[in-house]
Amino acid sequence: MLISCENLSVSYEKHIAVENVSFHIDDGDYLCIVGENGSGKSTLMKAMLGLLPLKSGKISFNGITLKDIGYLPQQTQIQRDFPASVFEVVLSGCLSRRGIMPFFTKSDKLFACEKLERLGISELRYHSYRELSGGQQQRVLLARALCATERLIFLDEPVSGLDPIVTAEMYDIIRTLNQKDGITVVMVSHDVPGIISNASKILHMDTRLLFFGSSSEYMLTPLGKKMLGGASHD
Amino acid sequence: MIEFFVTLFSYEFIVRAVVVGALISLCSSLLGVSLVLKRYSMIGDGLSHVGFGSLSVAMAAGLAPLQVSIPVVVFTAFMLLRLSESGKLKGDAAIAMISSSALAFGVVVTSLSSGMNTDVFGYMFGSILAVTRDDVTVCVSLSVIVLLLYILFYNKIFAVTFDESFAKATGTRVDIYNMLIALLTSVTIVVGMQIMGAMLISSLIIFPALTSMRIFRSFRKVVICAAILSVVCFFTGILLSFAFSMPAGASIVLVNLGAFLIFAVIGRLFSPDSRA
Ligand SMILES: Nc1ncnc2c1ncn2[C@@H]1O[C@H](COP(=O)(O)OP(=O)(O)O)[C@@H](O)[C@H]1O
Ligand SMILES: [Mg+2]
Repeated sequence: MLISCENLSVSYEKHIAVENVSFHIDDGDYLCIVGENGSGKSTLMKAMLGLLPLKSGKISFNGITLKDIGYLPQQTQIQRDFPASVFEVVLSGCLSRRGIMPFFTKSDKLFACEKLERLGISELRYHSYRELSGGQQQRVLLARALCATERLIFLDEPVSGLDPIVTAEMYDIIRTLNQKDGITVVMVSHDVPGIISNASKILHMDTRLLFFGSSSEYMLTPLGKKMLGGASHD
Repeated sequence: MIEFFVTLFSYEFIVRAVVVGALISLCSSLLGVSLVLKRYSMIGDGLSHVGFGSLSVAMAAGLAPLQVSIPVVVFTAFMLLRLSESGKLKGDAAIAMISSSALAFGVVVTSLSSGMNTDVFGYMFGSILAVTRDDVTVCVSLSVIVLLLYILFYNKIFAVTFDESFAKATGTRVDIYNMLIALLTSVTIVVGMQIMGAMLISSLIIFPALTSMRIFRSFRKVVICAAILSVVCFFTGILLSFAFSMPAGASIVLVNLGAFLIFAVIGRLFSPDSRA
């Protein structure tokens, strides 16, 4: 068990966003956190990463630290007009491994190039991050996350706003990372039909936990059937 | 023309002013890139007013100005950082409140104790030619420390400026680097106030960053361009001020404004291809 979460509750001021949620993540899992908009998915992920304080509950990391984690945040406004080249963004993912050393080494740079290659964006290396398409930006952020880790990545809605073809490519990449490279994936999504065949586990929440278990079990529950059936209409 | 320069730089006080001013411009512009990108440009303005308030109080009480001001401004910077992080008070409202109170406080204390004397006037509008030899030592050492720390922590400053959540989530001590930025900014502002004045130091922070962002699209290029621009604008401004006997601080700001307009036009003309 890599991470176990017991009875997590997180609130903003008085508003409770996550209430009494328990689950665990095993090595090699592909865990999808699903639920409506505003159901607390991002909040739960941020709390696990130590970006938000817990109101109550306990998170234990077994054999890993934050430095072994890569993260692809839900995009914020501030990044959109930031002057940064693709390579600068991706390389910044190597920072956690640098420790107190001030400058990136040759091997950091090679590592970053390798990730660019891996995600098929080598030719964008010197381009400006803010002038890329949404799909390219997400790949850049994924490459940065991969620079930070070879074990565990947290992805918050990596396909939101992407067209169906780019979405499918993104899902393929993530599946390969999980299956071939053995990277544990924790992904927030509200696209249940799109991820159900890839994910090994589903966590469905609406502030409280509605379901946690394997995706095959989930498909058999009334909740899972509703999500799969309901969403295929749009 | 050449004679004019030679005469100018034969005065020791002018050489002192130019050296100190160029270093302050350099430090301000580097930090300015992060402050502007983090939407903290108001903090520079607020801190300079707090600096003014604390300098006035220090002088009224007969204390050493820098030794009082630096800690007060650093403390204010940390406090503003806290406030804007916790989201308890809307950042810019808090800054406006603190900065105008500090300004009022400084003015009242000064007028009660001694009337608006020239020193205080100097801190408000800059008194570049009044830089003493001791000031030079302090300014040069502090600027060099700020520059070295900036270079040493450049990669961390980038990470914290670009995406604080990612940096924090992957185990970087974001709070430390935010405090470092606040600390360096505070020191630069207090030291720079002697040269540029409380009213103008914030423009030294904001202008070069905004200007170079008109054209450049990678962080490193923006930082380097801002650094060069700040020094060039400083020299141009100060020469103009000597040539036409205008106030130094205001001339430098106007030159910065000119550079901004030129860069804005160039940025428009050569509309961005996607190269960084
Ligand atoms: N910074 C914040 N301050 C106050 N409330 C917030 C904040 N972020 C999210 N919320 C609220 O918390 C709830 C959960 O939000 P979030 O975790 O972002 O949902 P999701 O990612 O599932 O769409 C929502 O009701 C949202 O309005
Ligand atoms: Mg979300």
